[in-house]
Amino acid sequence: MDRRRGETRQVRLRVNGQDHVLTVGGPAADVAVTHTLAHTLRETLGLTGTKVSCDRGACGSCTVLVGGEAKLSCSMLTVECDGLDITTVEGLADPVTGALDPLQQSFIDHTAFQCGYCTPGILMSAKALLLKNPRPTQADVQEALSGNFCRCITHYHVLEAVQAAVEAGAASATAPDSRRARR
Amino acid sequence: MSDEYRYIGKPTPRRDAPQIVTGSATFFGDLVVPGMLHAKVLRSPHPHALVTEIDVARARGLSGVKAVLTHADVPDWRAGTPRHLRVLDSTVRYVGDPVALVAATSEAVAEEALGLIDVSYELLPAVFDLDEALAEGAVQLYADSPGNVLRPGTRWFGPDCLTGLAIGDVEAGFAEAEVIVEGEASYAGLPNPLPPESPGVVAQWEEPDRVTLWLSTQAAHQEKMIIHAAFGRAVDVRTIGGACGGSYGSKFMSIQLIMQATALSRAARRPVRLGLTKEEHLAAFGLRIGSRVRAKVGLRRDGALTAISGEWLVDTGHYSLTTQAQVAVGCGEAQVALRCPNWDLRTKVVCTNRPASGIVRGFGGQELKACLLPILSRALAELDLDPFDFLRRNYVKPGDGYFWRDGRWYDYRGNDYTPAMDAGAEAFGWRERWKGWLRPTEVDGPLRTGVGVGVHGNVDIGESVSEAYVRLDPEGRATLYSSASEHGTGQPSNLLKMVAEVLQLPLERVTLTAADTAVTPYDMGPVGSRGTYAMGSAAIKAAEEARRQLLTLAAANLDAPPEELETRDGRVFRLGRADSGAAWMAIMGPERTIMGHGRFEPDFTLANCMMTFVEVRVDTETGGTELLRVVNATDAGRIIDPAGLENQLNGCLGSAGIDTALFEETIIDRTTGRVLNANLIDYKWRTFAHLPQMRNVVLETPVDSHRFHAIGVGEVSTAPGPAAVLMAVSNALGVPLAEYPVTPEKVLAAWKRAMDAQAGEATR
Repeated sequence: MDRRRGETRQVRLRVNGQDHVLTVGGPAADVAVTHTLAHTLRETLGLTGTKVSCDRGACGSCTVLVGGEAKLSCSMLTVECDGLDITTVEGLADPVTGALDPLQQSFIDHTAFQCGYCTPGILMSAKALLLKNPRPTQADVQEALSGNFCRCITHYHVLEAVQAAVEAGAASATAPDSRRARR
Repeated sequence: MSDEYRYIGKPTPRRDAPQIVTGSATFFGDLVVPGMLHAKVLRSPHPHALVTEIDVARARGLSGVKAVLTHADVPDWRAGTPRHLRVLDSTVRYVGDPVALVAATSEAVAEEALGLIDVSYELLPAVFDLDEALAEGAVQLYADSPGNVLRPGTRWFGPDCLTGLAIGDVEAGFAEAEVIVEGEASYAGLPNPLPPESPGVVAQWEEPDRVTLWLSTQAAHQEKMIIHAAFGRAVDVRTIGGACGGSYGSKFMSIQLIMQATALSRAARRPVRLGLTKEEHLAAFGLRIGSRVRAKVGLRRDGALTAISGEWLVDTGHYSLTTQAQVAVGCGEAQVALRCPNWDLRTKVVCTNRPASGIVRGFGGQELKACLLPILSRALAELDLDPFDFLRRNYVKPGDGYFWRDGRWYDYRGNDYTPAMDAGAEAFGWRERWKGWLRPTEVDGPLRTGVGVGVHGNVDIGESVSEAYVRLDPEGRATLYSSASEHGTGQPSNLLKMVAEVLQLPLERVTLTAADTAVTPYDMGPVGSRGTYAMGSAAIKAAEEARRQLLTLAAANLDAPPEELETRDGRVFRLGRADSGAAWMAIMGPERTIMGHGRFEPDFTLANCMMTFVEVRVDTETGGTELLRVVNATDAGRIIDPAGLENQLNGCLGSAGIDTALFEETIIDRTTGRVLNANLIDYKWRTFAHLPQMRNVVLETPVDSHRFHAIGVGEVSTAPGPAAVLMAVSNALGVPLAEYPVTPEKVLAAWKRAMDAQAGEATR
């Protein structure tokens, strides 16, 4: 990224597999230097699935995946994200078939939400954990989600949902051809 | 368990589940109204002051600013009880009180404009608690509320609104008592309900007198009623609700934001969005009421209460929206949980120079009970009575009654909750874990374990009015028109289950309109556990009425009287002849809809019940309290939605429940009046890393409510927990505590008192 003052420069983001080239500075700027990644995702790219609650890095609502890691998008400036690969809750489902991620389906099956506002952040924190550790213990899940504020107290159903997704994932991993075999 | 039903009691996915897990659910913050401006509020840095001068010229001149308002140029709209709350006032009464409003093309411009407004203040003395506010010669927050005491009662509940309890003859009652105890307890940590999505509103004014409001609320129609009154009944109000990102009751406190956004929209002639930041939400929005109770209780050896007298002081902060209503409901709920023939309970609602208190799950009864139980506990301890036996004995039973919020007596005709309480005690192992008053269950060096129990019940399950429409379309589909929107309980989805059950339609063929007062009928909304019975009744009646019309129409086609017809999966046929009959399309023709209207009238003769058992472990070296186990016990009549019910009961922690006894509090600096923990790091909340074992015991004893024999229990899950926690910590330490929350400082101070007393006894 060109850092010269007062000139138009560009930030390249890959979001949910799609490339975006955003202009910083100048009269037609997409991004101001003060914009957080959360702001850009929501307001500039229209990806409002990412929720902002505290906007100060304390509640986990705005969690997205950056290079596969859970990050608080309210606490990153967009101009610092040049070249990064970002996944939001809108990117969890299969982009072609629309099939839900097993975590999403498990959240539906376990009613792992009440008001639902913190759910995207919780899903992304859980997804980041499973990418790193496909067989976490309940304690691992609790630790990974400990930065996510859930006010309705849906914690118990979330833990069940994540564990069920883990077990389903483990089952399909040990029997990769099971679906085909049943046909 | 409910094989007779197709959907009731069966696990079904929540209707909005796909949207929630894919991020496509539209919450208030996702809403964009074309041409919308963004508003910001300039707030007072002083807890009490006169605004002597405001210069907004520079702010008005900033490019992008479309309106700037001060107290001098806003309409005289007023809300509150009494109507103290204005759009903006020339007196500010707490740190954070709005002084000026800006609407601009972006939040950044509006924020910048705030910095260009110059305000001069004449400072006034401030009162920060009950004692200061009630002291002789204290500064007055409002000229028409002498002594800082607000007029008791609310017109909403009628001319005889409960403002206290004067029942029987307390002197005679105390004469019969075998033990009399006097004491004081306070539940005044001012926890913030703190829904994850901060409060907000979009207002669109249309000349000359119409406003459309997009609200972050679960009860669009109730809001319309409140707002219409605030506007002096001179504005045509349309409210639109939607998924509100949590409320716990608190979003009703948005009334001033609503007035402000409306005034800005009128001035700017554009839609205006006013949303609070989380800091504003924590420092300038609704908190739980502060309660202090001094009471004298009389008790007999058999566990019968003979008399309760005392005073309940309620600190409501800078104004009241519903605090008097909470007092009325609290006084009613006290009688539900504590059968006592003689009461003399007086109350006062007091104003102080801090953010306002108001609606939170618990709505008065939780606060009163949380204070009465620690006082009662001392009487129980003197007689060595088990609190479980006492609460079980004294909970309302069929044949009893109570004075409810409107001051009238109601005979209770609901379930006897004794079996549910017994099942809870069994699940918890109460008999084994209870070791007597002020005795720990276990001691392991500095770690001391204790148990406690609390109970709560609410007659609000049948409060106020609900209406609904159900429309049948010839394609074999139905639409429910309801003013409820989703706030986390799943009630909109449950109403769809009820309608589908009545009409015997596939669940996916029944849909719900958005809550919009231009379309949907009156409903007080899902508050106070009323969703299942009150709202459910309206939806059921609307569906039944639509079905009746359909069958009447079909009677001619099918050559049979309506009572010999039934409908299933979009067809009508003779009873038991599912293979014959005709599709709705054939009966209705393509150019007809059928509309059924259902209305629920208030019913104060049923109550729900929640008993909560807790076990805590207190560390006498650090003062930390760990919640180990929770068992909730209730009887729901009939479970509609197993997963949603479980979620609601787990809500006994957190926003409004047990954690208000453990660590949640709003800390206000005693000299400046500032909230010191207005962020989500300093304001403590329960994380995934600290979860107690949780078990919910739910019985299903059919109750005479509506055709599915169910009642709601969601709201009350929070209410018994705080008193149970205080009891458990007291027992663990061997020291009676009477103040919430039990922070490490309080635990360590109590432990030191106990150690000092022991040492004193040893040297004597």
